[in-house]
Amino acid sequence: MSSNLYIYIFILTMALATYACRVFAFTVIRHPIENRFFQSFLYYVPYVTLAVMTFPAIIEATQSPLAGAGALVAGILCAWFGGNLFLVAGACCMSVFLIELVV
Amino acid sequence: MSGKDREGFVLGMRHGIPIAMGYFAVAFSLGITARDCGFSPLQGFVASITTYASAGQYIGFTLYAARATLIQLILMTVITNARYLLMGFALNQRLPEGTSLGKRLLTGLTITDEIFGITIARPWEVNPFYPFGAFVVSVPCWSVGTALGIMMGNILPAAAVSALGVALYGMFLAVIVPASKKDKIVAAVVLVSFAASFAAVHAPVVSGLSAGNRTILLTVVISSCAAILFPRYEKGENNEQ
Repeated sequence: MSSNLYIYIFILTMALATYACRVFAFTVIRHPIENRFFQSFLYYVPYVTLAVMTFPAIIEATQSPLAGAGALVAGILCAWFGGNLFLVAGACCMSVFLIELVV
Repeated sequence: MSGKDREGFVLGMRHGIPIAMGYFAVAFSLGITARDCGFSPLQGFVASITTYASAGQYIGFTLYAARATLIQLILMTVITNARYLLMGFALNQRLPEGTSLGKRLLTGLTITDEIFGITIARPWEVNPFYPFGAFVVSVPCWSVGTALGIMMGNILPAAAVSALGVALYGMFLAVIVPASKKDKIVAAVVLVSFAASFAAVHAPVVSGLSAGNRTILLTVVISSCAAILFPRYEKGENNEQ
């Protein structure tokens, strides 16, 4: 088997395995689950997941940890005072750019 | 597509723009890894437009370089992307009753950390075309970014990569901060999550897990505790204590 063909089989396998994770819940459960614990659990899931993925990763994503910390503060303030998605993301990027100019 | 669908689609596309920016930067650095693992720009592009999962692809590329078997690839892909299972369950709850299988599958196919984040932040019922709009804008950027990373390596100035790299986290903050402002319990849960996540990076044993698996473990433990201590009531109930 040529290595070019093999790499595409590899890519296809990776894609299918990922799709399986994505669509699994949608294929097995057709009606909302009424269980109160499960509903409560799922209510908190997105906030916990996003919080865990944000910190401390944001501090490690930049060249200088100080810039990442600055982005965290800028993002929290911007979002707290009603900034939309685009504005908050922009505030984070700008603060990293500015802090790294100085540091 | 009904009028409501079109409305959702357009809004999703707009909200997809910051995601696309962040994806571009992250995909660029992923491309550098892909090149080291022996992927051509076209192969990297195809991998990104079919899989569009950062950690999953990173693992996949390194497994390819290590000449892993397809079975190993499947196992590692499922383990790395297990959080998509949880996200699928959460989104599935939010589709209107009687949503067709086609629309359910469409919603599932749009799941990435970021698109899930903005979709779950919508008011109660989710229109599948909203995440699809974000998907249409952001995944091509992800794929082109990967290909460019493979082609150009380190041409993009480090300052630009560094600045664009936090766009994703900005979007996460745009989801969790307003919810924390509205609901003190969510605020407390978010703070505990920050602290636990920080601790987990340094704790023995747990720090040995991959970032994806740490995310799953912390999500399940913290969300379960919160659900037991502070159960929610009706669906759509909006946090008035």
